[in-house]
Amino acid sequence: MLEMLQSVFSWIQSQYLIWTVLKILVITVPLITAVAFYTYFERKVIGAMQIRVGPSRVGPLGLIQPFADVFKLLLKEIILPTSSNRFLFLLAPIISLAPAFAAWAVIPFNDFMVLADVDAGLIYVLALTSLGVYGIIIAGWASNSKYAFLGAMRAAAQAVSYEIAMGFSLVGVLILAGTMNLRQIVLAQQGGIFDWYWLPLLPLFLIYMISGVAETNRAPFDQAEGESEIVAGFHVEYSGSAFAVFFLAEYANMILISALTAILFAGGWLSPFEGVPVLGETFLAEGSIFWFLAKTVVFMFMFLWYRATFPRYRYDQIMRLGWKVLIPITMVWVMVAAMMTVLGIVVKGS
Amino acid sequence: MTRIIQYFRSLMLLELLKGMSLTMRHMFRPIITINYPEEKTPKSVRFRGLHALRRYPNGEERCIACKLCEAVCPALAITIESEQREDGSRRTTRYDIDLFKCIFCGFCEESCPVDSIVETGILEYHMENREEAIMTKEKLLAVGDRFESEIAENRNRDAAYR
Repeated sequence: MLEMLQSVFSWIQSQYLIWTVLKILVITVPLITAVAFYTYFERKVIGAMQIRVGPSRVGPLGLIQPFADVFKLLLKEIILPTSSNRFLFLLAPIISLAPAFAAWAVIPFNDFMVLADVDAGLIYVLALTSLGVYGIIIAGWASNSKYAFLGAMRAAAQAVSYEIAMGFSLVGVLILAGTMNLRQIVLAQQGGIFDWYWLPLLPLFLIYMISGVAETNRAPFDQAEGESEIVAGFHVEYSGSAFAVFFLAEYANMILISALTAILFAGGWLSPFEGVPVLGETFLAEGSIFWFLAKTVVFMFMFLWYRATFPRYRYDQIMRLGWKVLIPITMVWVMVAAMMTVLGIVVKGS
Repeated sequence: MTRIIQYFRSLMLLELLKGMSLTMRHMFRPIITINYPEEKTPKSVRFRGLHALRRYPNGEERCIACKLCEAVCPALAITIESEQREDGSRRTTRYDIDLFKCIFCGFCEESCPVDSIVETGILEYHMENREEAIMTKEKLLAVGDRFESEIAENRNRDAAYR
């Protein structure tokens, strides 16, 4: 019996396509589940911050709530506005969802668990996260509704503005790491919590987090949604499962940005206690997938924390912050990072 | 110069950190939500809920049809008709309270010389037709009979402060 299983296993491993599809499933299925529970986590956390309980009715502690929401959305009718472009209208949610999932291909969960260990991983991620805005634009355009279109315009302008700040803060990481391979970027940060890039690149780290929030159109940068002015922005005409897909994309993007922040600035799967003599060779001092997931969850929590704390930015304030504050600071700090490597304060790629 | 200091101070994000520490502190505070059907807030003994007509311990109804409550009612929600009973005492033949008109001010209870009409602590009741909103004498007496012990206890506890 065991031998048979082993032979089946080795046969599957030899079939490249099946093996890859299996790996993709191992990444996406937990990701979708994580998205479902992230919505629950969000409501619980924001509830606690407002001294209320949050969802508590469906299942123990309300844990089944995300499934109740999902099934409600899936069972609802998708209404196609008569004046909309039907093809684009249905294509838009897929366009916004696909990049959020595809970017996970290059995310290293630990030293060897990575679907595609490509050398231009960072460029690939940057390209794919930028593609997400097409989904929003197309959704706003295809809806043929003024609110959806206004929301889409805002979202596009915002995404384009913060893409630059985001790109520049990644340049700082590239200068210090000397590679675009995400796995090697993590390996370059070895040596404990103070060797991670958040410390030498502190301003870039903060700006990356801020522009990550702006990229995902989350509060306080949720201009694209603008509940009080433009109803719900680009997805105002969407209902049922099409809306659910947008929702999924937004949360998947948040998790992706959190994972990227963990990888680029917080040492990925590396342990913060690396090199602490007391811990020696124990589990705590070793890098593992659990460290990566823990860091991701911390950054995911930050998103919710911002939403519970900050009021929304006005549109011109967003533009001012993006162009006049964040981009100049990143430019200066990229030069500082370059000086640090030239002067040997931070050794490149170590 | 002050503007430059101001600029660099704004880059420290102090206000944002202050706000975030506030929300973080609130997160660990005890939650104040009451899960209503399972948990209830305490109620005063003077709570003015659904009305009831009381009886004496021997079963005789207290109301003597003095119509003080009808007179004092600011919402004109009470309608009383009375006649003489065979034993010569004056009793009501009709005692209606329109719950849609009633503002639950408690004046009827205050004015009653024999503690007959009272407002109980009952607040969870409903009606399915408009006519059910009229509390007739039978219904009021039924409420009083059913909750007499509760009503008596509440009045005892409040007696020292009246």
